[in-house]
Amino acid sequence: MTVIKSNKSTDLFLDHVVSHTDFSALRAKGLEFLKEKGLPALKEEEYKFTAISKKLEQSISRFSTAENIPLTQEQIKPHIFEGFNGDLVVFNNGVFDPSVSSVSKKGYTFETLSENQPELLGKIAKTEKDPFVALNNVFFEDGIYIKVGKNQKIEQPILFLYFNQANKGEVITPRLLIEIEDGAEVKFLENTISLDEESYFSNPVTEIKVGQNAHVHYCRFQNENRKSISVNNFEVDIHKDATFTSVVISMAGDLVRNNLSLNLLDTGCEGNMYGLYLLNGKTHVDNHTNVDHTKPHCQSNELYKGVLADSSRGIFNGKIFVRQDAQKTNAFQQNNNILLSEDAIVNTKPQLEIWADDVKCSHGCTTGQLDEEALFYLQARGIGKENAKGLLLFAFAGEVLEYIAVDSFKDYCLHLVQERLGSNF
Amino acid sequence: MLSIKNLHASIEGTPILRGINLEVKPGEVHAIMGPNGSGKSTLASVLAGREEYEVTEGEVIFMGKNLLELSPEDRAREGVFLAFQYPVEIPGVSSTNFLRTAVNQVREYRGLEALDAVKFLSIMKEKMKLVEIDQKLLSRSLNEGFSGGEKKRNEIFQMAMLEPSLSILDETDSGLDIDALRIVSNGVNQLRSPEKATIVVTHYQRLLDYIVPDFVHVLYNGRIVKSGTKELAMELEEKGYDWIKEEADSTAV
Ligand SMILES: Nc1ncnc2c1ncn2[C@@H]1O[C@H](COP(=O)(O)OP(=O)(O)OP(=O)(O)O)[C@@H](O)[C@H]1O
Ligand SMILES: [Mg+2]
Repeated sequence: MTVIKSNKSTDLFLDHVVSHTDFSALRAKGLEFLKEKGLPALKEEEYKFTAISKKLEQSISRFSTAENIPLTQEQIKPHIFEGFNGDLVVFNNGVFDPSVSSVSKKGYTFETLSENQPELLGKIAKTEKDPFVALNNVFFEDGIYIKVGKNQKIEQPILFLYFNQANKGEVITPRLLIEIEDGAEVKFLENTISLDEESYFSNPVTEIKVGQNAHVHYCRFQNENRKSISVNNFEVDIHKDATFTSVVISMAGDLVRNNLSLNLLDTGCEGNMYGLYLLNGKTHVDNHTNVDHTKPHCQSNELYKGVLADSSRGIFNGKIFVRQDAQKTNAFQQNNNILLSEDAIVNTKPQLEIWADDVKCSHGCTTGQLDEEALFYLQARGIGKENAKGLLLFAFAGEVLEYIAVDSFKDYCLHLVQERLGSNF
Repeated sequence: MLSIKNLHASIEGTPILRGINLEVKPGEVHAIMGPNGSGKSTLASVLAGREEYEVTEGEVIFMGKNLLELSPEDRAREGVFLAFQYPVEIPGVSSTNFLRTAVNQVREYRGLEALDAVKFLSIMKEKMKLVEIDQKLLSRSLNEGFSGGEKKRNEIFQMAMLEPSLSILDETDSGLDIDALRIVSNGVNQLRSPEKATIVVTHYQRLLDYIVPDFVHVLYNGRIVKSGTKELAMELEEKGYDWIKEEADSTAV
């Protein structure tokens, strides 16, 4: 991509580059990219509705890396949802914290990136793909590398908990590389917790390789504080006959940008992307998704739904790329939004690029208000107006939650969603 | 029980109801007939509290309360029930969950304790028999994909569950087959009592053979232009509305 450079924010970061000894090639590449192209400026097409550089300049005052915070088991416990009994991986301002994690390593290997120095790092989420990948390359301190062994079927989910809080610096840079070997099955859950109400910027990059006939589920819950800014780059390579399902629930934050890319690299792949954004206040959530069909007989399904109150803003940009080789592709995309206020805004844009001729592809988007007829019907049966609204909104939003594959986590999300929508009665 | 005086209502500035007067006493059944577009559903909607309609004149007293001041939900809780001419489909809202919420909110308003799941289910089973509604239907989303007749049956089922004192049935008979018409009418009749009243909006004498009205009113151009007993319905069936329209148009100012 070509990036129109925004000098100021780029320089603010570049002023705080610390030299690292490992991954020098990757870091050099990131630095080069940033120096040459920089972070996206206002006119940059990929960040058209999300003035990220300006936001960073206005909200972040210390562009250095946030330092470790003391984390205790007691602090962590309330954030482990009921019914969870899998492995727990805790990130302390973006860096793995073994003192509060519990990693059984049953069926998988678990190392820090510095311990393993995996070749694959940076090969899935490529530097030139997004300036924030480049930024992550330069700034991450250490990350984790998980490798799920061949044919391993891991029953219990693996939970990633990110605890964030500005501490001296305000920049948090997690880095994950996950390799799922052939025939393995695993579910990942992710939740990010802000420890206070102060601003910070988190910029995680997650790279996943899903081997042949492996099946992976990955659910993220985004409910950070009202001043937090995050840009999440998440990219997955999916190999022959494998499936990958992503669910992203966004509920809060100042500005959240999610770049999600699924690369269907061989025949028989399935890639699923589900998203729900329930926004209020001034929260701005931008979901940019991209599915790349490269080979025949693959399928992708996408459903993103939004409920927007107050002066919140939602952006959905869904790219479907079907290459010439990818005959017999099935690709579905849907984005539906309900606006609850006159000041809420949604920008939705499907972007289809289809080079194969034997393809089934459909997309649709709707943006509207709450159905007044339905609301009156419920009220006419004695249900209070606010409850009736809640019921209708939950009926709308609940469809996405159904895709969460871990029931206990689904219940956790359900509860928070109901609370937000006023339908928990 | 219900007293409507000189009720005027308009939608988007267009007057639809132009001076309705109607007295309904406990135990009575009133039939409202009239040509298409005469304002029957509008009257029903205004009574149920639909906000799109603006009441420009007149008053409605229900059991001593000014009905027009109440929210739609409070009217329902006070005991007004409208069986819709066109029930809305609501995907994603389960019929059972919806009904339980409705029943319990109505009960709460009336100072009764909420029904637990078991109690609710047993009452539901009992009322389902009344209108011979299939359990399978109720395990689906509210009205979603229901046939026309199934929707109407579901309206009467909801009425049975909510135990209103005034029921307004807006063309509940249209779309029902012969058997369903009999079943639904039976249901309505079984729910009748000396304390309860019913207003049936219909185009057909057929329904009135089952639900025998005490009074029949003809609504035309937003006014009740003729009232009578059940014989009036038979006369209308025979002669149509032209004679009434002529009468009304010649006396209109
Ligand atoms: N939003 C609106 N704007 C303007 N006119 C409207 C609107 N809604 C309803 N009307 C008009 O109000 C009049 C009364 O409608 P209503 O539905 O009450 O008739 P009805 O007597 O129930 O007819 P039917 O027998 O066909 O059910 C009709 O002429 C209708 O076109
Ligand atoms: Mg009507």
